[in-house]
Amino acid sequence: MSGSLRTQVGQLAHRSVLRTLRQPAQIVPALIFPLFLLAVNSGGLKEATNLPGFPTDSYLTFALAVPFMQGALFSVMNAGTDLARDIETGFLNRLALTPLRGAALLSGLLAGAVVLGLLQAVTYLVVGLTAGAELAAGVPGALMIVALSVTITVAFGTIGLFAALRTGSGEAVQSLFPVFFVFLFLSSMALPLDLLQTTWFHDVASANPVSYLLQAFRSLLIEGWNVGDLALGFGIAAAILALGMYAASAALKTRLVRT
Amino acid sequence: MSEPRPAGFRAIALAVAWRSIHNFLTNPAFLVPALVFPLFFFVSFAGGLSGIANVPGFDFPTGYTAFQFVFVLLQSAAFGGVFTGFGIARDFETGFAQRYLLAASNRNGIVAGYAFAALVRTVITWTVLTVVALVAGMQIDGSGIDLFGLYALALLVNLAATMWAAGVAMRVRSIQGGPLMQFPTFLVLFLAPVYVPLSLLSGWIHAVASVNPVTALLEAGRGFISGDPTAIALAFAIGATLPVLFALWARGGLRRAEAAG
Repeated sequence: MSGSLRTQVGQLAHRSVLRTLRQPAQIVPALIFPLFLLAVNSGGLKEATNLPGFPTDSYLTFALAVPFMQGALFSVMNAGTDLARDIETGFLNRLALTPLRGAALLSGLLAGAVVLGLLQAVTYLVVGLTAGAELAAGVPGALMIVALSVTITVAFGTIGLFAALRTGSGEAVQSLFPVFFVFLFLSSMALPLDLLQTTWFHDVASANPVSYLLQAFRSLLIEGWNVGDLALGFGIAAAILALGMYAASAALKTRLVRT
Repeated sequence: MSEPRPAGFRAIALAVAWRSIHNFLTNPAFLVPALVFPLFFFVSFAGGLSGIANVPGFDFPTGYTAFQFVFVLLQSAAFGGVFTGFGIARDFETGFAQRYLLAASNRNGIVAGYAFAALVRTVITWTVLTVVALVAGMQIDGSGIDLFGLYALALLVNLAATMWAAGVAMRVRSIQGGPLMQFPTFLVLFLAPVYVPLSLLSGWIHAVASVNPVTALLEAGRGFISGDPTAIALAFAIGATLPVLFALWARGGLRRAEAAG
C-alpha cells in the first residue's frame, strides 16, 4: 500500500471508528439484542438437547453461535446507515472533490465495522462462557471465533456499503434488516440441519450459507477443531467480502459519476 | 344560520381511524412488514422447530404448527398495536396530531380512532396468517366457539398493546419512543412458553414464564385450538384487565399531550 493510500485509509478509518464509538444507539442494540435472544432461546429450547442426535447436552453452547451472526447483521445496518448519512448530508460529494481513492473510502468506512465486530465477538463470548457455555477448542478456539466473527462482520458490512451507495438512503438501508433476518431464521439457527424435519425448511436451510457460517462457530464450541467446517465458514465469509467489495466499488463509481 | 354542531366521539373516532387505515393500506412500507413479519415468524418457528414436537414430554396432539400459530397470532395482535403507536408518534412529529387535538371536541375519540385502526390492520394480518396456516396444513381440533374464544383473546391483546403504545407515543411524541413501545412488548411475549409448554421449561425462564400474564393467554389460546379449553377464566380476566389498565395509561398520555399543546 502506498503512503498516500495508507494516509487516506487511516484518516477515514479514524473517523469511522470514532463515529461508531460515539453512537451508543449503534453499539448497545448490537450487544444487548442478540444476548437477550440467546438467554430466551437457550432457556426455552433447553429440552431440544433431549432429541436423539442433538450434538451437545448444552443448548446454550449450541445457541452461542447465533449472536455472532446477529451481530454481523447489525454491521450491515451500521456501516450502510453511516455511509448513507454521508451521502444525504453531502459529505461524500465533498470527498469526491478530493483526490481520495475509492478503495481508501471503502476500506476506511469498514474500520468502524471491524471495531464493532471485535467488541461484539468478545462480549458474546465472555457472556456465553460466563453463563456456562462450553468451548471445546480452548483458548486458541476463542481467538479463532473472534477472527471468524470479525471477518463475517466486515463481509456483511460491505453489503451495507453497497446498499447505501446504490440507494443513497438511510431508510432504504434500514429496510434491508428484515431481509437479512430471513436468511438467519431460515437456517440451522435453532436446530442442527439433520434434525430439521420439515422437508422444504431443511432444503432451504441446507442451501443457505448462514447455516455453514453457524456450523463453523459450532464446530469450535462443540467439537473442537474441525478444519473442514472452519474452512467452509471462512471461505463463505471471504466470498461475501469479495462480492460485497466488488459490488460496492462498482456502485461507488456510478455514484461519483452521478455527482 | 345555525352554528355547525361539533363532531361527537363516534365521528372523531371514525375520522381518525379512516385516515390511519388509509395510510396503512396505501403505503407499502407499512402494509408489507405488517403482513410479512408474522408470516415469517410463523414459517420459521413452525417449519424450523417442528422437530421439537418429538421432545419427550411434549404433548400437543394438534401438532406443532397449531402450537406456534397461537403464539404468532397473539404476537401479531400485540405488534399491530405497537405499530399503531409508531403512527401516533409520527403524527405528533409531523404536527398532525396537534391539529387533531385542536379540532376534536372529544379527544378520547382520537385514541378510540387509533385503536379501531389498530384492530382493522390486525384483522387483515390475521386473515392472511390464518389462510397461510391452513394452506400449510395446520390442524384445528377446536370447535367454532373455541376459535371465537381464541380470536377474542387476541383482540384483547391487540387492544392492550395499542393502549400501551398510545400512552408511550403521546408522552414521548416522537418516533424515537419506538423502542420503548416495542421492547417491553417483545420482552413479555418471549418470556412466555413460546417453543415448548410451560411444563417443559426449567430454570429461570420457567420461574419468569410462570408469573408472566402472557403465559395464561398462550395456554388458553392453545387450549382453544386443540379443543381442550384450559384456564379460560384466568386468561379472559387478564385479557380484560390489561386493556383497562393501559387505557388509563393512554388517557394519562393524552392529558400530557394536551398540556404540551
